[in-house]
Amino acid sequence: MNLNRRKTIALGAGGVAALLGTAALAQTAAAPAAAPAAPAAPATPAASAAAAKTTDQWIAEFTGGAEVTDGGVALTAPEIAENGNTVPVSVAAEGASEVLMLAPGNPTAGVMIAKFGPAAGKREIATRIRLATTQDVVAIAKMEDGSFKRATANVKVTIGGCGG
Amino acid sequence: MITKREFLQAALATSALWGLSGHGNWGRLAAQQALSQDKLLEFEDFGNVTLIHVTDIHAQLKPVWFREPEVNIGVGDARGRPPHVTGQDFLTMFGIPPGTPDAYALTHEDFVALARAYGRMGGMDRVATVVKAIRAARPDSILLDGGDTWHGSMTSLRTRGQDMVNVMNALGVEAMTSHWEWTFGQDRVKEIVDTLPFPFLGANIFDAEWDEPAFEPYKVFEKGGVRIGVVGQAFPYMPIANPRWMFPDYSFGIREERMQAVVDELRETEKVDLVVCLSHNGFDVDYRMAGQVRGIDVILTGHTHDAVPEPVLVGETILIASGSNGKFVSRVDLDVRDGKMLGFRHKLIPVFSDVIAPDPEMAALVDAERAPFKAELEEVVGTTESLLYRRGNFNGTWDDLICDAIRSERDVQIALSPGVRWGPSLLPGDPIRREDIHNACSMTYGQVYRTEMTGETIKTVMEDVADNLFNADPYYQQGGDMVRVGGLSYAIDVAAPMGQRISALTLDGGEAVDPARSYTVGGWASVNEGTEGPQIWDVIEAHVRKLGSVRLEPRTTVTVTGA
Repeated sequence: MNLNRRKTIALGAGGVAALLGTAALAQTAAAPAAAPAAPAAPATPAASAAAAKTTDQWIAEFTGGAEVTDGGVALTAPEIAENGNTVPVSVAAEGASEVLMLAPGNPTAGVMIAKFGPAAGKREIATRIRLATTQDVVAIAKMEDGSFKRATANVKVTIGGCGG
Repeated sequence: MITKREFLQAALATSALWGLSGHGNWGRLAAQQALSQDKLLEFEDFGNVTLIHVTDIHAQLKPVWFREPEVNIGVGDARGRPPHVTGQDFLTMFGIPPGTPDAYALTHEDFVALARAYGRMGGMDRVATVVKAIRAARPDSILLDGGDTWHGSMTSLRTRGQDMVNVMNALGVEAMTSHWEWTFGQDRVKEIVDTLPFPFLGANIFDAEWDEPAFEPYKVFEKGGVRIGVVGQAFPYMPIANPRWMFPDYSFGIREERMQAVVDELRETEKVDLVVCLSHNGFDVDYRMAGQVRGIDVILTGHTHDAVPEPVLVGETILIASGSNGKFVSRVDLDVRDGKMLGFRHKLIPVFSDVIAPDPEMAALVDAERAPFKAELEEVVGTTESLLYRRGNFNGTWDDLICDAIRSERDVQIALSPGVRWGPSLLPGDPIRREDIHNACSMTYGQVYRTEMTGETIKTVMEDVADNLFNADPYYQQGGDMVRVGGLSYAIDVAAPMGQRISALTLDGGEAVDPARSYTVGGWASVNEGTEGPQIWDVIEAHVRKLGSVRLEPRTTVTVTGA
């Protein structure tokens, strides 16, 4: 079996006094599965004040009413969520300066706006989101040339249980 | 409907590949009315690589009756395409005369009469004879196990899979992938994997916390001067279809991009001549994956328990579906030269237990594994006057018996029973032994819950399961059959969108189910942690003992449209 991070940490923890530091690092690193070359800290617009904002309002605000074209954004999400409470998603868009992600089927549609600084080596962000129900997750990228690109991914949230 | 010949020609026309199958031999055998071990194993060696595939054995050490489905509806592009062809249509498509051994092995037609003529199928001692014979002819062959191996019997449950591990090690498996193995819990899986003399492959098994590969994705074999990369693909919907809490550290999924990356690595870095995917995706998922991922030569498909007598071509990839429960062993000979698969010859070998001699060493091992439990296994609980079977998209008679047992023993109005595809059949007149009951329901989460659900919730559950089966996009199909119901009849339009398939929910006695009313419901195989109740096999045994003799004609509680 290949040595992976979980095993490396377990091995590291096996013999060394640096155990606490390693373990703590593991804990903090665990929550968001950060993409390589993580961009500037993502904003979290889904705060209570913004709760009433609809999907259309989010998009209108983000784009200023500009046209949004499909393509040019890679939105990666599982076809069926293993756990609707923590669904791994990632967005990559070469040449993007900002990314808006929406979960229109959630009580509050806004998930995040991520801003990439000019030094960001890779215009990609990965995180985990909560999905209330089966829905099309939407990602819109604002490109450095001012245009907007969109991708959607259908994620099914199922009660499961009868696989044979 | 297209015939087999048109189907194959259409597939071959688009491909530089050419191939043959052993199926023609079966037809001739049948005409001669002469089944013999030599003829079942007859195979003109071809090319320079041989793959041997077994899958979905479900811990069936001994020969079984196993009735193939009468109803196996394909939706979207899969409509009318193998394996979604059954009965007479199947016989016509593959040119199999009715009443022949292969008609018995591959379809439900005239099952009881043919079963009496041709006998039980499978048995790991017979499978061992087949494997040894192929290896004698082709010493460089590779034996691959598609998973669902450690689960499905009373002995596998009691030994937590160890009986099957011992048997498969003795058989000489060279790599496997997984599904129900995980229902013994991740600690037990890791404990066993550490002892296996072969890799437990799963390119799509990731560490849930770190989101990185957790098991070996592939193994490269050097056989007869050919480099063969075998990629493992575990069941993608493990944490959805089975209890997530039993393997919390792992994430699965189809992960098509990961599969492409692994195949590319095999071709570009490992410089293999042939890429084989040992898959537990299920047939329709593999069919789609074969068209999406470039560079896979052979997919050995499993999970959906389909036995297809010919390879199915998708572009230049061949799909091999080897059935379940030890009924079949696939032999695939390949001509591989200069990094290309140039041709194939294939035979789905039916394991007729009365024709193929048991391998003495394996027979002794199987008996040794069963010995500690023998008296318990073989205790007769009752008899059946009717054919008991499960396989099919909707309730079989085994499921009706289980639902009756739950309703009676747990005093509920409605029973729900999972639409799993495992569980052998019993013929009219057969004794029902304790192990027969276990074969239909053995599992590590068999508690029978008793609860109340509103009519609306019941419909939601049924809609959810129906979409897992009849979603037109195979990547959303989990590979089980429809949830079985007792005390309830309903109509289903398989072509409708999710939420609109199920209608006319009616209680026994003709009263319509009220969405707002609560009903008592019993069921088993809940994926929720902490489910309480008696084990399902004990519930069934109590019910059968009270009946003494089981009589169950197929019921007409499900009305299907849109197929």
